[in-house]
Amino acid sequence: MTATTLAVPATEIAAPSRWGIRISTILLCLWVLVPLYLLAVNAFNAREVVTGWPKAFVPTFDIDSLSFFWNYAGVARALLNSVLVAGLTMILSIGIGAPAGYALARFRFRGKGSFRLLVLMTRAFPLPLLALPLAIFYIRTGLDDTIWGLALVHTVLALPFAILITFSLFTSIPVELEEAAWTLGCTRFQAFLKIVVPLALPGIAASGVFAFVTSWNEVFAASVLTVQNQTLTAFLLTSLDVSPLPLKFAGALVLVVPALIFLFLIRKYLFSLWGIANR
Amino acid sequence: MADIDIKGVEKRFGSYTALHAIDLTIRDQEFLVLLGASGCGKTTLLRIVAGLETATSGEVRIGGRRVDGLAPRDRGIAMVFQNYAVFPHMTVFENIAFGLRMKKVPEAEVDRKVKRAAGMMHIDQLLQRYSGQLSGGQRQRVAVARALAVEPAVLLMDEPLSNLDALLRLEMRAELKGVLQESKTTTIYVTHDQVEAMSLADRIAVMNQGRIVQAARATEVYADPATRFVGSFIGNPPMNFLPAEPNGAGLKVAGLTLAPPKAASGRIEFGIRPEDVEIRGDGLPGAIRVVEPLGPHKLLTVDVAGHLFRAVVDNEHAVEPGQAISLRPKPGRGRWFDAETGLALQ
Repeated sequence: MTATTLAVPATEIAAPSRWGIRISTILLCLWVLVPLYLLAVNAFNAREVVTGWPKAFVPTFDIDSLSFFWNYAGVARALLNSVLVAGLTMILSIGIGAPAGYALARFRFRGKGSFRLLVLMTRAFPLPLLALPLAIFYIRTGLDDTIWGLALVHTVLALPFAILITFSLFTSIPVELEEAAWTLGCTRFQAFLKIVVPLALPGIAASGVFAFVTSWNEVFAASVLTVQNQTLTAFLLTSLDVSPLPLKFAGALVLVVPALIFLFLIRKYLFSLWGIANR
Repeated sequence: MADIDIKGVEKRFGSYTALHAIDLTIRDQEFLVLLGASGCGKTTLLRIVAGLETATSGEVRIGGRRVDGLAPRDRGIAMVFQNYAVFPHMTVFENIAFGLRMKKVPEAEVDRKVKRAAGMMHIDQLLQRYSGQLSGGQRQRVAVARALAVEPAVLLMDEPLSNLDALLRLEMRAELKGVLQESKTTTIYVTHDQVEAMSLADRIAVMNQGRIVQAARATEVYADPATRFVGSFIGNPPMNFLPAEPNGAGLKVAGLTLAPPKAASGRIEFGIRPEDVEIRGDGLPGAIRVVEPLGPHKLLTVDVAGHLFRAVVDNEHAVEPGQAISLRPKPGRGRWFDAETGLALQ
């Protein structure tokens, strides 16, 4: 991924900096890929190999660990919870984030600049700081240990990105397209459905997937706010001390792979959000 | 088929006034061009007629019906945008059919009308293409066909040719004129290009700083500018202006005494178009600075009493830079302007 973005015609760059770029690219790739590789190797090796010495660097494609993990008490339930919470987070983030992004992109209103800043400010408060008051509030309102309660917190975490991704998405759709639709017989809402939605759909899906991954990977709030209805991350965290090594590897792989696949699918939207490349 | 009546339309953005009480009537089937420099309010006025912008005060009537409270879709208008606004996720056919389908026209008729509009704009071959597969000129044609297909009472065009290259613009200009004459639709056309305005318009409304300074036929706007601004904005090179001083019964302009206008008072300026002078004795004395041969004629830049003065003369004249020259205004072509208000004096 990184390598292709940085690919520049060789003639345009002098030799030393070209090597500098290559080496740093390789180092960065190794930084990310080596742990992932070790993780995958160990998840696909037999239990004896994982715990034994010397370590194997080639997987034996033994799904023993994975099937053990799958049958471990509580895993299936935690996995289901993770999917439910992440799914709810995705729906809520799009449901709230896309209209907010549209408003930012299309309307002039008082306090627009501060609103954009405030959206990001939600990420400025560390979750541990909020965890205790939040937990008390949740217990009082009965939201604690529910999928809805956790999905709400995850939505708050995912919302800034959902708003900013959809904002840049709607900004990239010329307002004249909508105006043309209005003059050709559409109401504002019809024009939105017939013109804006079809053009924005891939990007909206991407922001939804990003919200899904945000929720899927979130540990802290999940551990604090759920007891019986733990998500996979919370479940793994609480059972890490007591579980055998192969289980940890298998669990980590199950956590990482969906997130990786999703992020890979929506990478071009994330790039355009950060202004790295134009769609 | 409708006339447009704009009465006292004002537009303010905060403390900034974009349009000052505009009054303008456009006759049924007339082709009116709103001409002005960028930022003069011409696009704002067009968008108010379209319903894409709301006026701060004033009335807009289309075909006698008051429309300022109506949504764009209820005004019986169609619009062509500067960047064409062809829907990228639809084929050319679907684009042209869009307005008809929104009106729930039966599909057989949609097909017939789309093909007719496409035929008028010569894009029959492109109906199954997407916008991304079209050139700028082709997109432009699609945008016009889409607007014409709904058979609007009023067609609004916002600088439709300004994104095309020069040659294509010339070609499309002639073609648009033909198509629009045939369609007999009342049209408001916004442009900053005076040549475009002159060649297309039945009537030109020249705008400056949120006001319509003159609305008249192209030849009249050119020959009898209502203000100094119109004279300097229209024509390439623009009208020349020289200060005039009272001299007995007449007015003295750079050493030449001319008969004054009827109502002359205060500071007065003399205006003359570059092609309305001839090289003759007893004219405006000056020294030639630059000679530019332009093929059919020569363009001279002359220093007349310390003012730069442009003159267009026949090729046969042997003129050299540095040479002294006398330029005589052709009879009846000179115009007088009040130097304070810029208004033309009769």
